Amino acid sequence: MATFFGEVLSVYSRAVEEDDDELDENEEDEQIRRELEEKREVHLHWSPEVSESLKSGNKLQCSDFILAVGQNASSFLSVHILSTPNWDTIGRASAWNERSRAVTGQSCEESACVFYRHKDNPTVLICQVSCYVAEDQLFQWTEKVFDCLQLRELNVTVLSDTSVADYKTADYLGGSSAPFLRSLHTSAFGDQPVCQSLEQPNIVTGLAAAVLNHCQVHRIAAVVYQCYSDVIGPDSVTMETYKPVLIKLGRSIQLDPSPSTDALRKFVRTTDLQSNLYI
Amino acid sequence: MFISSQSSAPSFRDFTLVMPAVAVGNVGQLAVDLIVSTLNMSRVGHIHTDCLIPMAGNNPYASSKEDGEELHTPAEVHSLSSLHTVCLLLFSFVLPLFKLQSKTKKFRQLLVSWIKSSGFSRTVVLSSSHAYQRDDQQLQGTPLRYLVTPSLLKGSADALKELGWREMERVPAFPGLTDGNTEPRLCIPGGGITKGLYTDSCKEDLPLAVLLLFCSEGDNIPDAFALANHLNDWLHLKQPNKWKIPTSWSLLFGNGIPPALF
Repeated sequence: MATFFGEVLSVYSRAVEEDDDELDENEEDEQIRRELEEKREVHLHWSPEVSESLKSGNKLQCSDFILAVGQNASSFLSVHILSTPNWDTIGRASAWNERSRAVTGQSCEESACVFYRHKDNPTVLICQVSCYVAEDQLFQWTEKVFDCLQLRELNVTVLSDTSVADYKTADYLGGSSAPFLRSLHTSAFGDQPVCQSLEQPNIVTGLAAAVLNHCQVHRIAAVVYQCYSDVIGPDSVTMETYKPVLIKLGRSIQLDPSPSTDALRKFVRTTDLQSNLYI
Repeated sequence: MFISSQSSAPSFRDFTLVMPAVAVGNVGQLAVDLIVSTLNMSRVGHIHTDCLIPMAGNNPYASSKEDGEELHTPAEVHSLSSLHTVCLLLFSFVLPLFKLQSKTKKFRQLLVSWIKSSGFSRTVVLSSSHAYQRDDQQLQGTPLRYLVTPSLLKGSADALKELGWREMERVPAFPGLTDGNTEPRLCIPGGGITKGLYTDSCKEDLPLAVLLLFCSEGDNIPDAFALANHLNDWLHLKQPNKWKIPTSWSLLFGNGIPPALF
């Protein structure tokens, strides 16, 4: 493409090339495709009690579903909500993709996508997602999870991390403005978001978008709080940006509004150095 | 599949469907943006499918703060009953990933099935094709081309003749090789699902037309205007004055420039 300054850049067109292979897939291609699909399938592993209940046709009673997507969002919930001993782990989700790898010291049981249920108020569910869910798995993940929930009077809150480099604005953002929150909600959401709405032409992508899409078409009240940060990896300042959301969450669950420094330190580790180029 | 956003499912019988193909320069999508924005069409439903990459954003056609906070999904259907016209908006891409995992065939089948069941009187696909792959003949004259299925040709032959448009040429499979056995074939490089949708519609005997522009990736806003104007010459959707640019077209080439740069 040609830019305003006259130089020509080679740009990859997002248009998918036309299907020259209108030829039918041969058997080998079809088998490879099936195996790939099976390998990339999203699996939900519930606790025995929940599995039994779902098998007998009873969906999980749920009034509030809180989803954290990303390390800072997940750590925020761990520090402020999941630190109290009132939560049961009721399941996990697994979704293998090209970015999945065995992390040193982490067995397959320590999943990066875990579901918790409040002991005293079992209609409140939390899910922390700190792994990468690929584009082709997002829809499936969302459909499978929401299939397990009863949807009547369900309220969904999503906390989602993203990079400030993805934020579009006419005025240049100085270094001091990040991290900040923006919200996006479905038509069925009747409450007031705790922060400014996401301005055009910005969009939400990934798991937060998949959940919003599902909730919009199925008329479920849902709100996404997207945190724009300039830090890669867990960071206490970024985590604390989600604090205004506590006001809303505190109406249905007990939380710790002022966690100790030790609690914070546990979730904010020095990012593993991959390169010392910018130290 | 189509999910209505109203209390009852709307009827599209005998309506005209205008839809984009995700193609080079996103010209079709930009042209549909102009149509929906200018005609102030209202949303009547969503196409909810696993074929598209999920995304969400606030109202790209907001005219004021009041209607700014309305969530929009990757594929939506907007309608204007007075013009008997429905627009399909595509804000996202069909999942390509690896060839063996491509959802383009499934998405085409979904569209064809929806077009059939809705009973549209005609479908117009707005698309584009790589300008750099034109042959010597295509380099001359207008960059606009059209295609029409036999089913639609029956009722629209006169109108198309009057417009004087050029039909998309068939090109030899192996240019330069003189082989009497090789049939020239339809080729729309960079057109995404355009060719597949057209051939599927011919097979299914659906009344469908394709309107495309040869273009390159870059600032494709002038191409969008050109395509929308050509469509308007045929369908007469509005009086020929200004198209309304949607708010989502701001910052197409990135953020504001940091002052520290200077």
